[in-house]
Amino acid sequence: MSGIPHDHYEPKSGGAKWLHRRLPIASLLYDTITIPTPKNLNWMWIWGIVLTFCLALQIVTGIVLAMHYTPHVDMAFASIEHIMRNVNGGHMLRYLHMNGASLFFFAVYLHIFRGLYYGSYKAPREVTWIIGMLIYLLMMGTAFMGYVLPWGQMSFWGATVITGLFGAIPFIGEPIQTWLLGGPAVGNATLNRFFSLHYLLPFVIAALVAIHIWAFHTTGNNNPTGVEVRRDSKAEAKKDTVPFWPYFVIKDLFALGVILAVFFAIVGFMPNYLGHPDNYIEADPLVTPAHIVPEWYFLPFYAILRAFTSDVWVVMFASWITGGIIDAKFFGVLAMFGAIAVMFVAPWLDTSGVRSGRYRPMFKWWFALLVIDFIVLMWAGAMPAEPPYSTISLIGSAYWFAYFLVILPLLGVIEKPTSAPATIEDDFESHYGKASGTPAE
Amino acid sequence: MLKKLSLAAVAALTLSGGAAVAAGGAGHIDDVAFSFEGPFGTFDQNQLQRGLKVYTQVCSSCHGMKYVPLRTLGDEGGPHLPTDQVRAYAENFEVFDEDLGDYRPAKPTDHFPESMDPNAPDLSLMAKARAGFHGPYGTGLSQLFKGMGGPEYITALLTGYTGEDKMEAGTLFYENTAFPGGWISMAPPLYGEDVDFDDGAPNDIQSEAEDVAAFMMWAAEPKMMARQHAGFVGVLFLSVLTVLLYLTNKRLWAPVKGKKSA
Repeated sequence: MSGIPHDHYEPKSGGAKWLHRRLPIASLLYDTITIPTPKNLNWMWIWGIVLTFCLALQIVTGIVLAMHYTPHVDMAFASIEHIMRNVNGGHMLRYLHMNGASLFFFAVYLHIFRGLYYGSYKAPREVTWIIGMLIYLLMMGTAFMGYVLPWGQMSFWGATVITGLFGAIPFIGEPIQTWLLGGPAVGNATLNRFFSLHYLLPFVIAALVAIHIWAFHTTGNNNPTGVEVRRDSKAEAKKDTVPFWPYFVIKDLFALGVILAVFFAIVGFMPNYLGHPDNYIEADPLVTPAHIVPEWYFLPFYAILRAFTSDVWVVMFASWITGGIIDAKFFGVLAMFGAIAVMFVAPWLDTSGVRSGRYRPMFKWWFALLVIDFIVLMWAGAMPAEPPYSTISLIGSAYWFAYFLVILPLLGVIEKPTSAPATIEDDFESHYGKASGTPAE
Repeated sequence: MLKKLSLAAVAALTLSGGAAVAAGGAGHIDDVAFSFEGPFGTFDQNQLQRGLKVYTQVCSSCHGMKYVPLRTLGDEGGPHLPTDQVRAYAENFEVFDEDLGDYRPAKPTDHFPESMDPNAPDLSLMAKARAGFHGPYGTGLSQLFKGMGGPEYITALLTGYTGEDKMEAGTLFYENTAFPGGWISMAPPLYGEDVDFDDGAPNDIQSEAEDVAAFMMWAAEPKMMARQHAGFVGVLFLSVLTVLLYLTNKRLWAPVKGKKSA
């Protein structure tokens, strides 16, 4: 691996040399685990480990749950109850898996907003960012399909609403929807393919995670200052970094321990708090729930989806200019996917030469507003689609797009950044003083 | 700044998590201090047995509990009936046996029967399926701090009849202060003194309603106590591990960090 200069693996024993000539796997593991890591990383850099843990947790609990689950419309709901009542430890497995999804998204949102604040998406880390966004998209697909599997009321109606989005595509929408569902409506074919894909996609995510890690191990980690590690010589790089093992492994494990303690409290004491009670009613295609609400982690985008009703002028304009091809429903779908698409292209929308938000006095406030906007959208997405919530959703959606499409490009031009420290070492020492190894001055 | 924002995000997520389930115009629901609420709450075995009696003598004439295996009545942490009582209780129900091609008395390995009345919903999960009280203002805070949820709703529903009724489209509806919309098609099931309890506990309508609500909470979440125990052990273990990791981390970083300048 290129990047920051550091000590490489040297096979010592005869056996190690033998293996190294044939398969340098020990070298790969050694270089991965001892990668020089900026020593000034703060507590927002722990989410990667949390996310890796979540993926492992979901795969392990999921595989065992799949051993007891039956993907059939007549038996799925009962098989979940079988897991909850008869399978040894089944209730814990299922609650871990259920709340594990929430922890996964909680961590991914903090991870993404960390990247947005500290400019982790900027050159040369655009590929890491885009792979990360792909992972996030796959996570949403996987979580959505997983939520359908218990075959409760929200499972069924959530699936109906979300797959209905594809039906909004002009001309080809309905055939696509039928093809996705495997029939005219959400049914046994849908449940079966969702189960199959829900089992498959986590492994695709795992592969992408490996590439995500490969990418940022090539460029090196970003850090709170956004200043790059000096890499002219090994000695200089060592002043800015410490090896990932043991320094950050232990730090991250400590953080993971704190988070898991909270997680276990939720799983143990209030496992259904984040869920919807309607999902404990078996799916009934004849009874529509009063409010169809997705899981909390989809709510901001659900709010954007519903914000663009036919009386909004941009929707009217789009409809007029396309001769009615883009109606309010399709516009909402485009807006929802667009809201994610603008995050993909953030590296090219942000024109500022300064990477970290810490040294961008104006950016800080717009970013804070974006975080508030995200939370407001999340709340509005849970509310009924009626005034004043629809207006709030619309304003929130508008700001989301304005941040990426207008504010990020403009700020780079008009903002006067404050000065960042020259090196990571300077930043670190301004917090902690010089290392005790060196004599005091 | 990011630290403050992430704290705000945590708070907001907690709130909107509750808001996500804020649905339906629920009626008036009072908090009941059930024994099973809170991290260390436990089911009251006597209350569950009383609730089972209310269920058997009143509810089961229309409703079923098809997901609940009869044998679990003998489980510790549940009604905890002795084995012979479970067997005797099971024999009160008839189930269709596919091997015999005929009905036979139920065995402990069978489940409770399905609803007799096709319009009466199954009660196996009712206490979780009606956890929909998420006040105040859709924040879910009552559920978080007081444990207000499904059992409170069931209690309020069973005691919330006003005595008014009306005919609509050939169906008789009864006014109920807890039911969303205010009119329910279920006739008032409890009037007070419907059941005599062996342990001499009060059998006024409020007590009966609370007992059967507690029983339905157990039916919906039979592994609650095991789960809370696992959660407690998990939190305790992780806390110890976290303290050890904190100390390890501190010691590990000490030579890198040197003395704090500020």
